[in-house]
Amino acid sequence: MAIFLAMGLSLNPRDIPSPLIDKPAPEFSLPILATPEKVLSKADMAGKVWLLNVWASWCGSCRAEHPVFNELVKMNIVPIIGLNYKDEPWAAQKWLNQLGNPYQVSIIDREGRTGIDYGVYGVPETFVIDKKGLIRYKHIGVVRWNDVQQTLLPMIKQLNAEI
Amino acid sequence: MKSLPILILLVLSFQCVAGVEYKKFDDPEKEQAYGVLIEELRCLVCQNQTIADSNADLAKDLRRQVYEMLEKGQSRDEIVDFMIERYGDFVMYNPQFKAKTGVLWIAPFVFLLSGFILVWIISRKKIENNMEANEQQKQKKIKVKSLLDQGDQS
Repeated sequence: MAIFLAMGLSLNPRDIPSPLIDKPAPEFSLPILATPEKVLSKADMAGKVWLLNVWASWCGSCRAEHPVFNELVKMNIVPIIGLNYKDEPWAAQKWLNQLGNPYQVSIIDREGRTGIDYGVYGVPETFVIDKKGLIRYKHIGVVRWNDVQQTLLPMIKQLNAEI
Repeated sequence: MKSLPILILLVLSFQCVAGVEYKKFDDPEKEQAYGVLIEELRCLVCQNQTIADSNADLAKDLRRQVYEMLEKGQSRDEIVDFMIERYGDFVMYNPQFKAKTGVLWIAPFVFLLSGFILVWIISRKKIENNMEANEQQKQKKIKVKSLLDQGDQS
């Protein structure tokens, strides 16, 4: 019983394991924030390793991780798609103008439906999706530069090497 | 004057239910299924509340999801599967019984049973010890008696 207690105490109850790991990323087809008349679908990203970062202008922690993505995108090794989650498009656009825009595009999930498909329960969340469109990793909460170096970069390299 | 506290209570009680929006169903069976389901699903933001109890945005969205799926005629099991596929077993207050969650269900009974066995072993040992002690006591008494008897004879 002591073993169970020790195991339980060492876990973080906020880190709920995602059942989506190694499963196909859910389909979506959502309007692009900068050009809402156009849509981006999951199929548009096929054949690439990419990041899906769930963010919102009302989300304080998103502000905290934003500089990390601004840095990451400069390395030019992985496209980052923003999923603008339950946000006002004008507020989101203003936020990006102020803080910089690391996203190839951001797509609008106004009602949080794509969020539900991805099992999003707290923003920010970041998914690593491989060339075949499988979710390979999910990071819950703020991504720090440490996480980029220790987890994301090695993973992106490894996934890029896969055929 | 008497009616004032009652009035206050009435106003307060309405505030209590105001948190969760009302969903209108045409089919009472679906309404009942909705009531049961939202009590079974966990709000993942406020982990120790069901989505029926929670005002969190996510809980509201999940209630909307449950409502829409029921109105589309989907069954309870389909909705539960939908949620587990996306949020994992943790989304259910009573996780389904399967290999991954088996320990959760079985462990309490195993612990209870091992407790009973332990009590049984300990108490049996005590009884054995007692019997042994009684036996020794008896032997001693016989010895004392025989010594006394011998003493009397001399």
